[in-house]
Amino acid sequence: MDVATSSVRQGYVLGLADDALVAAQRMGEWIAASPQIEEDVALGNIGLDLLGQARSLLTYAGSLETPVRTEDDLAYWRDEHEFRNVHLVERPTADYAVAMARLLVLSTYLCELYALLRSSTDGTLAAVAAKAVKEVDYHRDHAAMWVLRLGDGTDESHRRMQAALDSEWPFVDELFDSSYLNPVLLETGVAVDPTVLRSAFDRRMADVLTEATLAVPSTRPAPGGGRSGVHTDAMAPLLAELQGVARAHPGATW
Amino acid sequence: MTEQREWPLYEVFVRARRGLSHVHVGSLHAPDAEMALRNARDVYTRRQEGVSLWVIESALITASSPQEKDAFFEPAADKIYRHPTFYEIPDGVEHL
Repeated sequence: MDVATSSVRQGYVLGLADDALVAAQRMGEWIAASPQIEEDVALGNIGLDLLGQARSLLTYAGSLETPVRTEDDLAYWRDEHEFRNVHLVERPTADYAVAMARLLVLSTYLCELYALLRSSTDGTLAAVAAKAVKEVDYHRDHAAMWVLRLGDGTDESHRRMQAALDSEWPFVDELFDSSYLNPVLLETGVAVDPTVLRSAFDRRMADVLTEATLAVPSTRPAPGGGRSGVHTDAMAPLLAELQGVARAHPGATW
Repeated sequence: MTEQREWPLYEVFVRARRGLSHVHVGSLHAPDAEMALRNARDVYTRRQEGVSLWVIESALITASSPQEKDAFFEPAADKIYRHPTFYEIPDGVEHL
């Protein structure tokens, strides 16, 4: 692989990796803060699944550079504008309904994405996707269970679940934006074109939301920009927490 | 004001692998049986402990009480004839 090809491919891998890494960081915030201790464990497991995906992908992304960078180099020593994650995953999740709405959106998208990425011509991406697709399928199930119960629960839970969906929906379109993808990645079968995932995503979301007596939001899309390193105000505090210890004690191990 | 209720308790049974029985491993809280199954998956099988899970609401289990111990279990103590230990084992039978 020549340098240009490596760099194009790395950009794509970093987008996948950073979505998982930042989503894992937000999921971790629920440990010891969930409605029940069982949910602490469930969301902890889900966060660790996402972190595992991020680690594999970051290690691979780092290996595409010369000199090679490690997963830690990439997670802890990049600055905000170098992160390639979508805005969906970086914003705070103060309400549990928001966390579940977000997880449903993200995992439904990732189910479709990883299912196709298993056939990537890039062997490493195909292997990561083959393992991850089973994990995100469970995440989707977990989120759907809660969206059903909260949506079709009490008046209060229905109101908050709908509000949570409405708050996440403007960030859905960015997931399916393929404008940042270098066409070479699609021509060579390395990347999955996210636009082809949209109809399956819409169908699966509508199935869950209808059963949960919730309306598919019609909110207008947010501007996006995460794939090119432009982030929301929430990203800096998130990175400060994610990177603080590693930067205060460079090279520390435990 | 919203009514606050504690989630019911469920007992969890795990089958470690094919051919073994489900064994009681503990209990947890969940809003309903479907969620209890998922919580059990996360709490009790995250280190590959099982291939099958059962959950049942604890309130549905009828259990013997410690006060009944004498009447329930004592009488079996001196009935040694209930144990199959009065047979001559024929030669050549290895796995008995």
